[in-house]
Amino acid sequence: MWDYSEKVKDHFFNPRNAGAVAEANAIGEVGSLSCGDALRLTLKVDPTTETILEAGFQTFGCGSAIASSSALTEIVKGLRLDDALKVSNQDIADFLDGLPPEKMHCSVMGREALQAAVANFRGQEWKDDHAEGALICKCFAVDAVLIEETIRANGLRTVEEVANYTKAGGGCSACHEGIEEILVRVMADRGESFDPNAVAGEIKKPRTLLTSLQRVKRIEGLLEEIRPNLRRDRGDVELVEVEGKNIYLKMIGACSGCQMAATTLGGIQQHLVEGLGEFIRVLPAEELSRRTAMGG
Amino acid sequence: MNEGIYLDNNATTQVAPEVVAEMLPFFTEQYGNPSSMHQFGDRVGRAIKQARQQVQALLGAEQDSEIIFTSCGTESDSTAILSALKAQPERKEIITTVVEHPAVLALCEQLEKEGHIVHHLKVDKKGRLDINEYYRLLSDKVAIVSVMWANNETGTLFPVEEMAEMARSAGVLFHTDAVQAVGKLPINLKETSIDMLSLSGHKLHAPKGIGVLYLRRGVRYRPLLRGGHQERGRRAGTENSASIVALGKACEMAMAAMEYEKSSVKALRDHLEKGILSRIPHCFVTGDPGNRLPNTCNMAFEYVEGESILLMLNKLGIAASSGSACTSGSLEPSHVMRAMGIPYTAAHGSVRFSLSRYNSREEIDRVIEALPPILARLRKLSPYWQGDGPVAESEGAFAPTYA
Ligand SMILES: Cc1ncc(COP(=O)(O)O)c(C=O)c1O
Repeated sequence: MWDYSEKVKDHFFNPRNAGAVAEANAIGEVGSLSCGDALRLTLKVDPTTETILEAGFQTFGCGSAIASSSALTEIVKGLRLDDALKVSNQDIADFLDGLPPEKMHCSVMGREALQAAVANFRGQEWKDDHAEGALICKCFAVDAVLIEETIRANGLRTVEEVANYTKAGGGCSACHEGIEEILVRVMADRGESFDPNAVAGEIKKPRTLLTSLQRVKRIEGLLEEIRPNLRRDRGDVELVEVEGKNIYLKMIGACSGCQMAATTLGGIQQHLVEGLGEFIRVLPAEELSRRTAMGG
Repeated sequence: MNEGIYLDNNATTQVAPEVVAEMLPFFTEQYGNPSSMHQFGDRVGRAIKQARQQVQALLGAEQDSEIIFTSCGTESDSTAILSALKAQPERKEIITTVVEHPAVLALCEQLEKEGHIVHHLKVDKKGRLDINEYYRLLSDKVAIVSVMWANNETGTLFPVEEMAEMARSAGVLFHTDAVQAVGKLPINLKETSIDMLSLSGHKLHAPKGIGVLYLRRGVRYRPLLRGGHQERGRRAGTENSASIVALGKACEMAMAAMEYEKSSVKALRDHLEKGILSRIPHCFVTGDPGNRLPNTCNMAFEYVEGESILLMLNKLGIAASSGSACTSGSLEPSHVMRAMGIPYTAAHGSVRFSLSRYNSREEIDRVIEALPPILARLRKLSPYWQGDGPVAESEGAFAPTYA
């Protein structure tokens, strides 16, 4: 039996905003029948202020999929579209006092439906770009696809490196066999063989060597490397704050509010992780102000 | 006991009160080690001998020495398959089915990685095997055939007696995972060509953590656990005497209840099934209704997800299971539903009701009453449903962007 919070149970047994909104002008339909959940989100948006007046959901899915949909509609009602787009799947999970790791994908679906609905309102086409694999690491909810892609992109060789890059395996370690199997497969593809006794590469060393000033300089330097790409799309990025593993960036120009902002941040994160040789998380600067506003 | 209605007996069963009474002394005054040379040990040794005969009787085995006590059904499955491979290192192939329990499937997956060749027999829409496909695969390269007697999700029966006969003619060992069949169907092993059989106590009103591997006399065998001489050296480790005694008693009771299972439990199951089918639109029975365990009913409810149904049932104190992806935490619905080609809209909404001789007609009537409003409520939430039926293809059917 899943360890569902009281909030999840409440939103499942007493869903808010169930059903389609009449005269909806923003509709998002996402999901995957093979994964067993699908969501149709209908919004009524005030065209002048771009404020969400009403939200309704129809969901095919398990208890947490229905609860996540209900939570999503509660969160976005009354928000302006730009603010609604900032709602992350973690926000949805937090609203419900957490979800079991196996169920985090239910909250991802909520966020995607929202993006799709906003795109629909703005006359754009929304494309889903995330593939999901079997859940490997249950402590940090990391799936096989992410692990495999990270290993490929960074030429990883050890379980420890995988943990540094993705967090997978960094908790209870029960999934190390599964991670090793992915390593064996991906390394075979590039003509190497997995060595269980290999020590993690240089990846970890710089972490202890860099002072915080050097680290910030390094981050600046790495951002400089990707600026040309952003400028080509008439955008830019600015370093706002470095707080341990959290690096806050502000997207400027064409990049701000851009549909692809999240993807771009993901790409930047990848670049920084590689360059710094440690696991960091890139967050939009708005997160910082939000965290401060909430008192921490 | 609380007032719940338990219809999840293929997952596990209540330990029969008579079985509990029988096993309790083995935690207190009967604590001896059966191997010891004194009266404390001797009394326990005798009790285990009696239990072995009770299991032998239920299985219709020729000898009581063909019964090996293990720690669970999973251990019995592993022991059987690994023994066959060790005893015949020149044979590298295994024949099994796509719908086995993970106790067999996950082991075979590992063996494949280690260089063995595993043939998975496919099933049709009703979960039936193609015997010709099986026949073609039998050869002297095959170390063992492992095919379940009854499927845990649908209750569908495989013709294991016939298949064992074919394996014997081809000179191939035959194992059956009969964890779901033992106690629900009459079994008479001495009349069959089955070489090995697994059973698990907790599926027939004995406790969890006790199992049996039946090993036909003369079949070449290599133990999984080596150590002491327990179970004639075929399964080392001091005997779980309390649970062994309990399993013996449970087998005796299952034997006595066999007629009741075939008639009354089956009648209750049929009553439940008819009640649901007549009250709820867009649902159907999965598996092979004409050839299955008397206690199992697996229904697929279209356009709703199984876990949601279970949560709503649970709130009313009704316990069942689902083959939906979300109940297991995987992203795929049950491998059994997929193997039968059940469409995703229905596979995710499959619910298994599995009865026992402890269920009453009154309980079944309450379940029949409880289900229709639950389905109506969840379908109302579903994007695939509108008004009284599924969203029709023509009028802008729900077609999400697929992840
Ligand atoms: C068909 C089948 N085989 C094996 C098992 C595993 O038995 P145990 O839980 O005793 O290891 C089960 C129980 O879930 C089962 O249904």
